[in-house]
Amino acid sequence: MAAAEDSNNNLKELAEKDYKYGFYTEIESESAPKGLSEEIIRYISKKKNEPEFMLEFRLKAYRHWLTLKEPDWAHVDYQKIDYQDLIYYSAPKKKPKIESLDEVDPDLLETFNKLGIPLEEQKALSGVAVDAVIDSVSVKTTFQAELAEKGIIFCSFSEALQKHPELIKKHMGTVVPYTDNFFAALNSAVFSDGSFCYIPKGVKCPMELSTYFRINAANTGQFERTLIIAEEGSYVSYMEGCTAPIRDENQLHAAIVEIIAHKDAEVKYSTVQNWWPGNYEGKGGVYNFVTKRGVCEGDNSKISWTQVETGSAVTWKYPSLILKGDNSAGEFYSVAVTNNYQQADTGTKMIHLGKNTSSTIISKGISAGYSNNSYRGLVKTAKKAINARNFSQCDSLLLGDKCGAHTFPYIEAGNKSSVIEHEATTSKISEDQLFYCLQRGIDMESAIGLIVNGYAKDVLSKLPMEFAVEAQKLLAISLEGSVG
Amino acid sequence: MKELFIEIYNKNKELINANSNEYLRLLRSNAINIFKENGIPSNKTENWRHADIEKRLKHDYYFDFKSKSTSMNVEEIFKCDVYDLDTFSVTMLNGWFVYKNAPITQLEDGTIIGGLSKAIEVYPDIVEKYLGSAADMNKAGLVALNTAFLQDGLFIYVPDNVEVSKPVQIINIVNSEEKLFLQPRHLVVLGKNSKLTLVHCDHSLVHNINFSNTVSEVFVGENAMFENYKVQNIGDNSSLLTNLFIQQKNGSKVSNNALILNGGFTKNYVDVSINGKNCHADLYGLYLVDDKQFADNQVFVKHAEPESTSNQLYKGILDDMAKGVFSGKVLVNKDAQKTQAYQNNNNILLTDDAKIYTQPHLEIYADDVKCSHGATVGQLDPDALFYLHSRGLCEKTARQLLMYAFASEIVNEISIPALRETINIMVEKRLRGELSICDQCLLHCNDKETAVFNIDLNKI
Amino acid sequence: MLKIKDLNVSINGKKILKGFNLEVNAGEVHAIMGPNGSGKSTLASVIAGRDIFTVDSGEVTYMGKNLLDMPPDERAKEGLFLGFQYPVEIPGVSMINFMRTAINEKRKHYGLEPLTGMEFMKLMEEKKKIVEIQSKLTNRSVNEGFSGGEKKKNEIFQMAFLEPKLAILDETDSGLDIDALKVVANGVNALKKPDNASVVITHYQRLLDYIVPDFVHVLYDGRIVKSGSKELAIELEEKGYEWIKKEAGINEKAESTE
Repeated sequence: MAAAEDSNNNLKELAEKDYKYGFYTEIESESAPKGLSEEIIRYISKKKNEPEFMLEFRLKAYRHWLTLKEPDWAHVDYQKIDYQDLIYYSAPKKKPKIESLDEVDPDLLETFNKLGIPLEEQKALSGVAVDAVIDSVSVKTTFQAELAEKGIIFCSFSEALQKHPELIKKHMGTVVPYTDNFFAALNSAVFSDGSFCYIPKGVKCPMELSTYFRINAANTGQFERTLIIAEEGSYVSYMEGCTAPIRDENQLHAAIVEIIAHKDAEVKYSTVQNWWPGNYEGKGGVYNFVTKRGVCEGDNSKISWTQVETGSAVTWKYPSLILKGDNSAGEFYSVAVTNNYQQADTGTKMIHLGKNTSSTIISKGISAGYSNNSYRGLVKTAKKAINARNFSQCDSLLLGDKCGAHTFPYIEAGNKSSVIEHEATTSKISEDQLFYCLQRGIDMESAIGLIVNGYAKDVLSKLPMEFAVEAQKLLAISLEGSVG
Repeated sequence: MKELFIEIYNKNKELINANSNEYLRLLRSNAINIFKENGIPSNKTENWRHADIEKRLKHDYYFDFKSKSTSMNVEEIFKCDVYDLDTFSVTMLNGWFVYKNAPITQLEDGTIIGGLSKAIEVYPDIVEKYLGSAADMNKAGLVALNTAFLQDGLFIYVPDNVEVSKPVQIINIVNSEEKLFLQPRHLVVLGKNSKLTLVHCDHSLVHNINFSNTVSEVFVGENAMFENYKVQNIGDNSSLLTNLFIQQKNGSKVSNNALILNGGFTKNYVDVSINGKNCHADLYGLYLVDDKQFADNQVFVKHAEPESTSNQLYKGILDDMAKGVFSGKVLVNKDAQKTQAYQNNNNILLTDDAKIYTQPHLEIYADDVKCSHGATVGQLDPDALFYLHSRGLCEKTARQLLMYAFASEIVNEISIPALRETINIMVEKRLRGELSICDQCLLHCNDKETAVFNIDLNKI
Repeated sequence: MLKIKDLNVSINGKKILKGFNLEVNAGEVHAIMGPNGSGKSTLASVIAGRDIFTVDSGEVTYMGKNLLDMPPDERAKEGLFLGFQYPVEIPGVSMINFMRTAINEKRKHYGLEPLTGMEFMKLMEEKKKIVEIQSKLTNRSVNEGFSGGEKKKNEIFQMAFLEPKLAILDETDSGLDIDALKVVANGVNALKKPDNASVVITHYQRLLDYIVPDFVHVLYDGRIVKSGSKELAIELEEKGYEWIKKEAGINEKAESTE
């Protein structure tokens, strides 16, 4: 692993070459003026023709946000954000209502084709319905009609506000209240769009649902909100992907995801997060400050989070689960790769409230370059959560001697019958394994790619097929140039 | 609360600084300034989240600045009866070093043992070189407060190439009608290739409320070996805050064993800086608590140099409404390649009201390392229980045996046979629900009033 | 094909190979035998390019090129294969993915198109037969959970797959029962061609009942002390290594008195 200088020369090239999503599309967009105020919030709400309760919710959140301080406890270091220098609403100019794809801005269509997310249904991956969100606004949701036949609602958050306000009013903010944290309050005040998904009682969703988030405009914060409700006995697998153009300045992404699983329902939520991570010197990149939480409301319900995090300059994200129903189960599978100057502080919270609840945490962190990668997780069993079970495995792999890998688990046991196990290891990539690969004629970079993918396999195997292949490639690309 | 301490300091400034040289005065005034800045650790900070120290401090404590290090026959009031424990025994009474013959003694091999207040007079060079240089006043809770009020404690100096033949036993006795607030300060220096074993026992002779805020600094020279045992067996009204700072040089070995068998409020902070190559540190802990007791072990190991190893193993059994905390942290600096660091914390909860908070943290900046940590909370292994049943053991005996086995992993690490045997018996008794105090101890061991330690085996 | 001249190798300052010489031509099978600690495995590792060893002096040419200048993967792509004594486990990496990467990297090196999935699977099936390897092995992670015999068979399978010009088999027979030994030997024999060569490193003569060497060399204390035909191996089996040690000892003395 010598010849650090040589590889350094290639780093710049590699870092930018391999982020194939770094382009910017000239799309005519309509933006709110910079800055944040009640006025701006009213503007957003009006623009979106929202019901009164929504505006009230936003204003309450905004007023609460004003009382909060930006948190600083995470193991990340970034330049303070000037919240008055951001644009809180930017939307592609579009015709008021899109009935067919012919009406979608062709530049936009092209953008998504380039991203590998065709919005034409006949070209789309079979079995995946996509909600495409650019900057802050959902532009197109595919396969809506097919889904509607089963009673499944899958549409943009704005559309849901118009068509199903009662569902939103009932559930929004029940899992992540606006008082939850600084960024949740900010999102609750200014969120512009996102995805909404409702699976009725007893329905198994026949296809993967997917939201694709794209930041395009400059100086724009992206604040979307996803709400998934799985009624009794239903099932849905949901995927989320993200990219952003290469820009020198930092972009803020502060999203909220809320999931509610009722009795016997199961929700699988997969994320491949590939926001622009900044260049090899750590310039630019997305600040990814996300609050994701699910609640297993009913007995025997199950929610699982799977995430592959390769992007963003700074990630601050803890997809969590509240296991309320008896026998409910939660899972968290994560691979987080950091290279160059990326910083990730990610993990999960498993709050066991119901009887016989169980949770599994598998986290694989891979650090390279000058990056810092932290796992932070809480496992808590309440007094009434008798026979709660948790197993956590958090491994870190270090590539190179300039990076850091950190593990911060918190375990709080509140009753005598819980069994909680946490294991973690930190190590470097094995020289023996590398040599074995080299001896078979596999070069250093491919060898590292192979070994790292093998290391992350437990998590990758949890991803839906469509995502798994992409994620594997992404992993190898993210680490290119990390070892000379 | 903070203001109260500052007021006490200002009022007693003259008494505190009496007979002190310039170095000490400066150290204290610097310390009180830092204390003014930092104050009492808030339970909003991570390391104090579960330790309600404010509550324990909310008493009208008495500060004893007047008693000095004096001569008295300690055996009249206290006798340690660990069978066959052959030690150099020294005693702290109410925070002051007490002695039979001389306030400071030099053994034949050159080892110096005595009171810190006397050592400052006699060996100012040694004391000034080390005192205050390991104990980071900004880091752990009330180290600054201890330093500001610094009066007396134990001083040991082991010259190069000397292996102290017997363990040094330090007995910390509280015997006062007042609600005493003690702040002992210990300084231990080990030269190259030397060896020292320290046994530190905390006893309260009265059931009064008291608070002890101890700071110890230990400097371990090249290839030296330091073993430390801390046996904490105090009444529910006692609060014990200990801060142990250890600095290691090349090739040195450290073993620390903290045994909390009983204690109202105990928080042990152990801070080990591995500043040399090929060092090894073993940090063990056992806590058996019940009732409303609180035991908090906070461990910080810093690997600053390459090729050293460290190992943490803490185990606890918690009954009734007892609360336990383990927060371990390993920091591996960028240059500390080939570090091996392990961390483990295992707990058994016996009731639904007992609580354990465990946080084994790793912070690693070097790539060629082997680090791992684990934490478990659980019950006795049902398979093992069944196996014992099948061999004819009744439920109660089987459970007792397994709990004893759980604890013995720590006890077996005690290298002094007599002490190991005694602790073994104490643990066994504790788990049987009997008093777990040294057999013939003249003190509160025989005091029927305190016979309330009962781990209820039916609840296990 | 392979020429080693006066090779001196050490690890952490300890000398292991001391003036080692060897020449291997196409079509030949060489056996290197020697007692434990004589430097057999070090030789194999150095030829394959393991960087924990230091080459203090000497030359190694392979197909006319300076082998010591080539990184390990380059050597492999040029047709050098090492059958490991202790094949490492690589969790999570499937055999299929591993072999496919290896063969395609090699093909890329020679300017060939990568194999398609179908071609690859066909080739795999073909090669499996040579070593009588069960299909389930190829679905598992590289060497993970393999028994000792399976690991060794897997090495021969990979050798069959990558078709090396020069194969060095480092104690491939150790830990094998007689059936597995036959399978391994049959594999080696089946792969023998006029334009390739193998070096079989072994402690026991046993393997040489099945793989008939053209030359046998005895390695002792870092260099070859005796070379001969396959009869030498039989002699060694009968008499043990002691007489070699004695002979070498005498030579050493003779050398020093010269």
